[in-house]
Amino acid sequence: MIDLNINTELTEKILTGFIRSELGRVGFKRALLGVSGGIDSAISLYLSAKALGPENVLGIRMPYKTSPQHTLDDAQTMIDALGVQSMTVEITDMVDSLIAKFDDMSKIRAGNIMARMRMIVLFDQSVAFNGLVMGSSNKTELLLGYSTIFGDSAAALQPIGDLYKTQVRQLARHLGVPEAVISKAPSADLWEGQTDEGELGYTYDEVDQLLYLLVDQRYRPETCVEEGFDPTFVQRVVQRMRQNHFKRVMPPIAKLSQRTIGYDFLYLRDWGT
Amino acid sequence: MKIKIALAQFNTKLGDVNANLHKHLDLIDQARQQGADLVIFPELSLTGYALLDLVADAAIRPHEDDPVFNELLGASRDIDLMVGFVHEDRRHRFYIAAAYLADGKISHIHNKIYLPTYGMFDEGRFFAPGDSVRAFNTSFGRVGMLICEDFWHASLPYLLWLDGADILLFSSASPGRGLTQDDRLSSSEWVEHTNRAYAGLFTNFVAHANRVGYEDGLNFWGGSTIFDPNGDLVIRAPDFEHTLTVAEIDLNQLHRSRARLPLLRDERTILVQRELERILGKS
Repeated sequence: MIDLNINTELTEKILTGFIRSELGRVGFKRALLGVSGGIDSAISLYLSAKALGPENVLGIRMPYKTSPQHTLDDAQTMIDALGVQSMTVEITDMVDSLIAKFDDMSKIRAGNIMARMRMIVLFDQSVAFNGLVMGSSNKTELLLGYSTIFGDSAAALQPIGDLYKTQVRQLARHLGVPEAVISKAPSADLWEGQTDEGELGYTYDEVDQLLYLLVDQRYRPETCVEEGFDPTFVQRVVQRMRQNHFKRVMPPIAKLSQRTIGYDFLYLRDWGT
Repeated sequence: MKIKIALAQFNTKLGDVNANLHKHLDLIDQARQQGADLVIFPELSLTGYALLDLVADAAIRPHEDDPVFNELLGASRDIDLMVGFVHEDRRHRFYIAAAYLADGKISHIHNKIYLPTYGMFDEGRFFAPGDSVRAFNTSFGRVGMLICEDFWHASLPYLLWLDGADILLFSSASPGRGLTQDDRLSSSEWVEHTNRAYAGLFTNFVAHANRVGYEDGLNFWGGSTIFDPNGDLVIRAPDFEHTLTVAEIDLNQLHRSRARLPLLRDERTILVQRELERILGKS
């Protein structure tokens, strides 16, 4: 049986505890994050504000010239509702100056540049604000590799990385994220008219059910087909998961010595804390 | 006879034995003030759980000459203790271990027998498995200790029961997992059902201390419990909260439960032995 319903109160308790603990263990009290106006960063923002207190959270809006005004407005509405600290850093100049250097610039490259410019702004502000960058990647996005490596995937902590998109929506309702943010079509807003589901070719509801069987329940792809999933859909998702695995791991180090980072030099990040 | 058991549900500093020793001493003081006779600490309470390559650095030779054990032995003169640590034996093998300390002496050491090495667990990579299970005597009766995965195998609590343990002392560092619509994680429910089952099936007391806190992305869910020989819950510590939970148990309950339900009397150990020998091809 596929049941992606979650107890949102318990989820909030575990995730706010996680944020407090994993910042505190390394000596931080503050967090910052990009607030796009979408549901994923909204969740990270609400969880961070609850975990650390709104005064210890900095929400940064980072519009590009094509970013729709309503996303900026939604971001501001949430920032105001929570009372977190905020700033707006326009990335258009930074992005356009790099784009202008190349005549053959593609939509994908430009999108990646935007995602990585936002990363630069966040990690720069992390020093100024003395806080850690909170990630907003969900499990669906991580499994499908629907992100820019070293861009939106760059963060110190990933509080919602084990929640599928459909579960993120449940948690958003529980946390009081505005309905307009929850119900709008998910979009990376890297170009006009872009939507996640349009680009992926399937809906989050569909793919979350399949991923739950493949990953959580350890179904073989052929068994998913027997369960009624379209064979082409299953194949595309399995292939996408595998091809994008590089985004989920550290770059492999070529082993030469007796003891090599990643293979036999093994410690948690919380080592000694 | 009534005794008070304290379940120390706390967080550890990963790999820092001295820091964790001080947490132990604080909790022991609190337990003493509340009149406890025994404090049960979680699995690897002196070191933290996901040690990986820190195992050898955090290991202890359990002896009064060891400064950490020396402090704990001193603390055990007026209160019994069950502590979790990395045990380095004479041949420098490392075990996940629990020590029972009483009257300034080590009463018993249990080396974890079943090391989960699957899914999220990798204990078999870093630790040697224990190879014996024994009940032992304390001032309030015969008890047995097991560590986490040990009691996911029904054979070990069963052997301790036959070896005379009326109180089973369990310790865990159990990572929380299995988010559903329920108000507790699947892992919490599973462990609690198991412990309740042992209490009822063996007409025993079962006390379980599980840690709290986080290590990287792992959460530890707490929810430490004591069940009585009827399988009834005596006390449950809250999930995820740092607490010292103290409860009184009435050892006379063993008399009453076993008078009503003589499962121990009726246990056919010779039959078990005969069938095991047959199954193992020894007869």
